[in-house]
Amino acid sequence: MNGHLYLWLIPLLPFAGFLINGILGCGLPKWLITTIALLAPLAAFLVVLNAAATIYVYILPPCVPCGPPDWGSIHLPYTETCPLPWISAGLLHIDFSFVLDQLSLVMLLVVTGVGFLIHVYSVGYMGGDKGYARYFSYLNLFLFFMTVLVLAGNALVMFIGWEGVGLASYLLIGFWFQKKSAADAGKKAFIVNRIGDLGFLIGMFLLVANFGTLTFSEIGARLNANPAWQGGVLTIIALCLMLGAAGKSAQLPLYIWLPDAMEGPTPVSALIHAATMVTAGVYMVARTHVLFDHSAFALGVVATVGAATAIFAATIALVQNDIKRVLAYSTISQLGYMFLGCGVAAYSAAIFHLMTHAFFKALLFLAAGSVIHAIGGEQDLRKMGGLRKKLPVTFAVTTIGVLAIAGIWPFAGFFSKDAILYAAFLQGTNGKILWFVGLLTALLTAFYMFRLWYMTFMGESRGENVHPHESPWSMRGPLVILALLSVCGGWIGMERFGRFLAPSVGVLPTEAGSTRLEIILSIVAVLVAIEGWLIADKFYRRNPAKPAQYAAALTGTYNLLANKYFVDEFYGAVVVKPLLAVSKYVLEWVVDFGILGGAAWLLGGIATFTGAILQRWQSGNLRSYAAWLAAGAAAVLLFLLVPWATVLANLPAIHLGMAGH
Amino acid sequence: MSPLLSQEVPLSWYLLLSAALFSLGVVGFLIKRNLITVFMSIELMLNGVNLSFVTFAHQWHAVKGQIFVFFVMMVAAAEAAVGLAIIIAVFRARATLAVDRIDRMKL
Repeated sequence: MNGHLYLWLIPLLPFAGFLINGILGCGLPKWLITTIALLAPLAAFLVVLNAAATIYVYILPPCVPCGPPDWGSIHLPYTETCPLPWISAGLLHIDFSFVLDQLSLVMLLVVTGVGFLIHVYSVGYMGGDKGYARYFSYLNLFLFFMTVLVLAGNALVMFIGWEGVGLASYLLIGFWFQKKSAADAGKKAFIVNRIGDLGFLIGMFLLVANFGTLTFSEIGARLNANPAWQGGVLTIIALCLMLGAAGKSAQLPLYIWLPDAMEGPTPVSALIHAATMVTAGVYMVARTHVLFDHSAFALGVVATVGAATAIFAATIALVQNDIKRVLAYSTISQLGYMFLGCGVAAYSAAIFHLMTHAFFKALLFLAAGSVIHAIGGEQDLRKMGGLRKKLPVTFAVTTIGVLAIAGIWPFAGFFSKDAILYAAFLQGTNGKILWFVGLLTALLTAFYMFRLWYMTFMGESRGENVHPHESPWSMRGPLVILALLSVCGGWIGMERFGRFLAPSVGVLPTEAGSTRLEIILSIVAVLVAIEGWLIADKFYRRNPAKPAQYAAALTGTYNLLANKYFVDEFYGAVVVKPLLAVSKYVLEWVVDFGILGGAAWLLGGIATFTGAILQRWQSGNLRSYAAWLAAGAAAVLLFLLVPWATVLANLPAIHLGMAGH
Repeated sequence: MSPLLSQEVPLSWYLLLSAALFSLGVVGFLIKRNLITVFMSIELMLNGVNLSFVTFAHQWHAVKGQIFVFFVMMVAAAEAAVGLAIIIAVFRARATLAVDRIDRMKL
C-alpha cells in the first residue's frame, strides 16, 4: 500500500468489458458475456468502495484512529494525473487528470453502485434479446464514459466523458434500431444534445481565454482569490455552461429529447435517462459552482430554469398514458428541482436530491420495466390495472418508490426535496416564489405518481394479457436493494451530508433559517404531498369517472397537456422545417450541385479539353519524339547557359542604342 | 598540366569537337530514315559525350571522368547488342527499316 486509490481502474474496467463484449461478443457463450458484463461494473464499484473506505478511515478528520497514517500522500481532493503530457500548446497545458473529492466520490458511488444493480437487472430483462452482447458492451461503454466525466479534473476531460455518455445514450436509445421510432429518438437525443454541447464548448473557450486553464481547482482558486470579480464575462461563461447542462439534463428549452429516449430498453431508461447521465448537468454545475457563485444573474437563470422545468414537466406528466413517459416527465421535473437547488446556491442539497433521485427513479423505472416485462411489452397505463396480486414484489417496491418521489416522510425523497425547498425559501422574495413553484410541483408530482400507481396496480385488469408473471430473481434482487436505498437513502440527513460535501461545493446557505421554520416547511411539504395522493385517490379509486369528466370540461387545457404544450410541433415548425428547407434548397441544390458539383465539372472539362489537345503530341513517330526531346534539351540549355540577368539589364541600352541610329 | 592539352591545343577545341560530334548525332537521329543509321547516330552522340568527359578528366586531373567513359562504352556495347537484336526483330516483322513506317506506338 503506497497511498494509491487506483482511480484509473474505475473507468478502465468497464472499458475492458466493452472491448471484450464488443469485439468478441458474438462468439462467446452467454454465461461468459454475462460474467464479463457484470464483473466490470462490480470491480469498478469495489475500487470506488475501497477509495471511500480509505477516505472514511484515514482522511476525514474525526475518524483518524491511531496517529498519522502512512497515507500521507492522500488528501482530498486527491489527484491522479497521467504522467505523459496530454495537450501542451504555448501557455496552455492540459493534463489527463482524475480528481477524487467528496463530490465525485458521492457521484461515483451512485454511478457504479446503481449502475451495477441495473446491469444485474438487465441480465433478466434482456435475456432473450438477440443483441445481448451488444447491449452489455454499450452499457459498459456508458459506465466508462460516465466515470471519466465524474472523475475529470478539468473541463476537457469532463467534455470527453460528456460526449461519450451522449454517444452511449444514442447507441442505447436506438438499440432496437430496426424500429424507426427508436432510431429517430436516438438521433433526436444526439442532435438536441449538440446544441447544449455547443454552449459547453464556448464556455470552455472562454475559460481558456480568461483563465488560461481548464482545471477546476485552479479556476476555483483564482476566483476565490478575487472575491470582487463578479458578473461580466463570468456570467457569460456560467450561462454557456448552463446551456450545456440544460441540454444534457433535459431542462427547458432542450428537454424534448428525454421523453423520446424512452424508446430504449427500460433498464437503459433507468440507468442513463433517470439515474446517472441526465444528472451530469447538475454535477457539472456543482463542479463549476465557483463560477456561478460569482454571478448572481447566472444563478437566477439556473434557479428560474429549474423551477420552470419542474412545474412544466409535472403538468405534462399529469395526463400521459405511457408508463415510461410519465416517469420521463417526472425525471425532467425532478431534474428541475436539482437545478432549482443549484440556483439558490444549495449545491449540496441538489447533489443530495441527485443521489436519492437516482435511487428511487431507478427503482421506479426498473419496476415499470418489471411490469412491462410481466404483461408482455404493454406500456399503456389504460391497459394495466389490478396487478397488485399478480406482481407482489413489484407492487411493494413501486409503492416505496412512489412514496419516496412524492416526498412522504421518512422516505428518501422527503429529505432531499425538503432541503431544496427550504434553501429556496430562505432566498428572499424571489426565493419564496421559487419555493411556491416547487411546492406546487410537489403536489403535482404526488398526484401523477399515485395516478400511475393506481392505474397500474389497483382496480380491475383492463389488459388482454390475463397471465402476468413475476420477474426472475435477477430482476427482483436489484429492485429490492434499490427499494431499501429509497427508504434509507435520506436518513443520513441533509446536515451531515452538507457538512461532508462542504469542502467541494461550499456550505449550504441556510444561516437565515431556523430549525422551527424547517420543521414547519417540512410539514407543509408532506401535507401537500398527501393532498396530491388524496386527489389521485379520489380520481382513480373512489370515482373513476371523474378524470374523463374533467377532461371533457377542460378540453382545451387537457389537449394542451396531452400534446405536451405542442412544443415538439413548435420546434418542428420553427427550427426543423426551416433547417430542412435550407438544407434542401441552399445546401443541396446551390452549394452541393451548383458550387461543388459545378467546380468538379469545370475541372473535369479542363482536363478533357487539355487532354484532347495534348493527345496530338503522341504521333507514334519516333523522330518527332526525339525532336521534342532535343528541343527540350536545347531549351533547358538556353535557360541555364544564357546570362539572363546581364541580358535583361542591358536590354534598355540596346533598345536606346538602336533608337539612336 | 599536360603540354599537349594546355599549350598546343586549347581546351575549347576539344569541346567544340565534342559538341560537333554530338550535334551531328542529333541531326542524324532526327533526319535519317533508316533505323541502322539512326542507331549509329546514337553511338555518335555517345562518343561526343565521351570526348568531353575525357577532356575534362584530363583538364582537372580527375580519374572519375575516365572511369565514367568506360561505363558509357560498356552500356553502349550492351545497347548495341540489344538494339541490333530489336532491329532484326522489327525487320522480320515489318520487312522495312524506315522509321516513319514503324509508327504503331500511338493511341
